[in-house]
Amino acid sequence: MEALNVILLIFILVCAIAVGRAKSLLASVIIFMSQGLAMSIVWILLRSPDLAITEAAVGAGISSILMFVALKKIHAIKEEGAKEDEEAQE
Amino acid sequence: MKKHKSDALARLKNWLEYGDDPLEVEMEEALGEEEAPPIPAEEDAPEWEEREDRKALAPKKEKHPLYDKVYRIAAEVISLMLIAVLLYAAVHMPNFGGADTLVNSEVSAFYVENTLEETGAVNIITGIILDYRGFDTLGESHVLFIGICTVLLLMSIKGEKDEEQRIFEDAYDRHFEPRHDEILQTATRILTPLIVVFGIYIIVNGHLSPGGGFSGGAVLGAGLILYQNAFGYLKVERIFTFRTFKWVSACSLLFYSLAKGYHFFTGANHLESGIHPGVAGNIFSAGLLLPLNAVVGLVVACTMYALYTMFRRGDF
Repeated sequence: MEALNVILLIFILVCAIAVGRAKSLLASVIIFMSQGLAMSIVWILLRSPDLAITEAAVGAGISSILMFVALKKIHAIKEEGAKEDEEAQE
Repeated sequence: MKKHKSDALARLKNWLEYGDDPLEVEMEEALGEEEAPPIPAEEDAPEWEEREDRKALAPKKEKHPLYDKVYRIAAEVISLMLIAVLLYAAVHMPNFGGADTLVNSEVSAFYVENTLEETGAVNIITGIILDYRGFDTLGESHVLFIGICTVLLLMSIKGEKDEEQRIFEDAYDRHFEPRHDEILQTATRILTPLIVVFGIYIIVNGHLSPGGGFSGGAVLGAGLILYQNAFGYLKVERIFTFRTFKWVSACSLLFYSLAKGYHFFTGANHLESGIHPGVAGNIFSAGLLLPLNAVVGLVVACTMYALYTMFRRGDF
């Protein structure tokens, strides 16, 4: 159990640093999402399942969805089909 | 509507085989007749080259080497100072699980001993946040509602956009919509009912097991968002429109305020409130906690979905 705790905490630290270092904004949000998921497991290990459920739903789910929408609004995410269309035209 | 209820079994079988819901097909046909928004032609869509042109026309950013250097050094110094302060604070934190720490004061001991008896909640946390600290949760729900009102106000500023431009932007946003993604739709068909049932379970069992209004509501909202992503707005608007959001949120908050106000009024004046805790462990027990949980869950689910829709489309 101790080992799992240490692994999760190191994972969270690495994720937290990687969020800032990631080159693409999309990757940042996905890393942030996985950090939230690891955090929710840590909450379970700390015996607070209430927080774990909320963290999994809000931290890993809804807040990152809202960030995806924001990225889409500022055109940081290109549509998947658009690239292929451009290549086809060339 | 009614004639579909009779063949519920057939619809269930149909759903298991990933067939089209007869009700959905009917709705689609009805919607299809009146739908057909003016979608701009291909050449009207803003192209990326055009954006590049605009970027080139924009005034070039002037470079300030000295400023950049100072900025970088200042940022590093401030970050290091913040890290030092936080580490200093963390060193002086009480030991985790220590007997003489503030966490183990008489207040928490009082909650552990008396929550079940006084509120009837097996899950002590729900007993605390909805009964002892009921006003805090009342404020939280209202903060969510005020937040969504503010977003609505900001997003509904039409500005100087004319009608043509608005229609164009609407169609352009729909350009990003998933177009019959088979994997996403099949997964959603199976997952959404499970997510919704799980969310309702968390809310209803809030006073018996871990969970409660907020987490259950977030799960429900996430399920709605997933469904919307797979099938688009028209399908969701069958069950959830701006009207629904308005009425559900307002009625829920009103009920919460009235119930909590009544509870505090009678409790503070030592009056008989007429609300009995019931048998601990039953679903219908713990007096007001179950309806309050349900109300908070509804507000949170509505708010989550409304936030998503508002950011996505700009209106409801």
